[in-house]
Amino acid sequence: MRTIIYFSIGILFGITMFKSEAASWFRIYEMFQFQSFHMYGIIGSALACGAIITYLLKRFQVKSILDGETISIKDKEKGWKRYLFGGLFFGFGWAISGACPGPMFTTLGAGFVPILIVIVSATFGTFVYGLMQKKLPH
Amino acid sequence: MIEFLMQPWPWYFSGPMIALVMFLLLWTGKTFGMSSNLRTLCAVSGLGKNISFFEFDWKAQRWNLTVAAGAVVGGFIAAHFLSTSSAVDISLETVSQLQQMGIADAGAAYMPEKLYGLSAFTNTKSILVLSLGGFLVGFGARYAGGCTSGHAISGLSNFQLPSLIAVIGFFAGGLLVNHFLLKFLL
Repeated sequence: MRTIIYFSIGILFGITMFKSEAASWFRIYEMFQFQSFHMYGIIGSALACGAIITYLLKRFQVKSILDGETISIKDKEKGWKRYLFGGLFFGFGWAISGACPGPMFTTLGAGFVPILIVIVSATFGTFVYGLMQKKLPH
Repeated sequence: MIEFLMQPWPWYFSGPMIALVMFLLLWTGKTFGMSSNLRTLCAVSGLGKNISFFEFDWKAQRWNLTVAAGAVVGGFIAAHFLSTSSAVDISLETVSQLQQMGIADAGAAYMPEKLYGLSAFTNTKSILVLSLGGFLVGFGARYAGGCTSGHAISGLSNFQLPSLIAVIGFFAGGLLVNHFLLKFLL
């Protein structure tokens, strides 16, 4: 049952990523050139709705439908180094590959097979982070 | 309705749909964050053996791998059954800019053939560029503790300062590469 629920949410997410064109390399390029409002509109409207949803869930202490526990949204750990440095690396890769981790899966399903190179290298990048974690400033 | 869904979705429909996905995951007791799956993949594949960062109960993360598997199927459905054209209607300015850089299919395709067509597998430069991009995305996402979904959507929706710093990093890094480096990579 749970598998079906999460699989369905994933399908909805995949369709949204493809149809919004957020999974298109061209849209990411265009966004970084400030030549269209499209991507900013997507992120901005997702954020506006997301902020209202998050506020309401917290305000009314809504319970999860699956386990009945009150939904808790964890705060991120404090600090700035890991967020800034990690963010920069992510941005470099985002501009090159035009793919963030969600759309990668969508792109694969849509049949652009070379995205496998991106997925495998992203997994390897995560592995290298795990190796170096203790040596990096956080 | 069907006709509307068959067209590329406008931003004011896409954004709320992403928020809906986030809501569904929160409502079922989880969080919206896709890059965590890459860490899980490291653990599942055995790549992360004997490294403390990958020693966690990955079975507890199966739900998120299921979401990712759904995203693959969603991409397939959207591309094959919910689209009449695969062309992405980017601005004319972007089209001419990219054409000058040798991306001939700008404005006429969903992805540049040069990077994401099957011929990319036989083009050393394309393989290197995709590998570099992927590596940085994976490394950076884990270093920053999240990606576009975890920080830009979930974190900013919850007014988290760390997420704002991460998103500033995403855009600063992206702008630098897009404006100064990308032309040498294509």
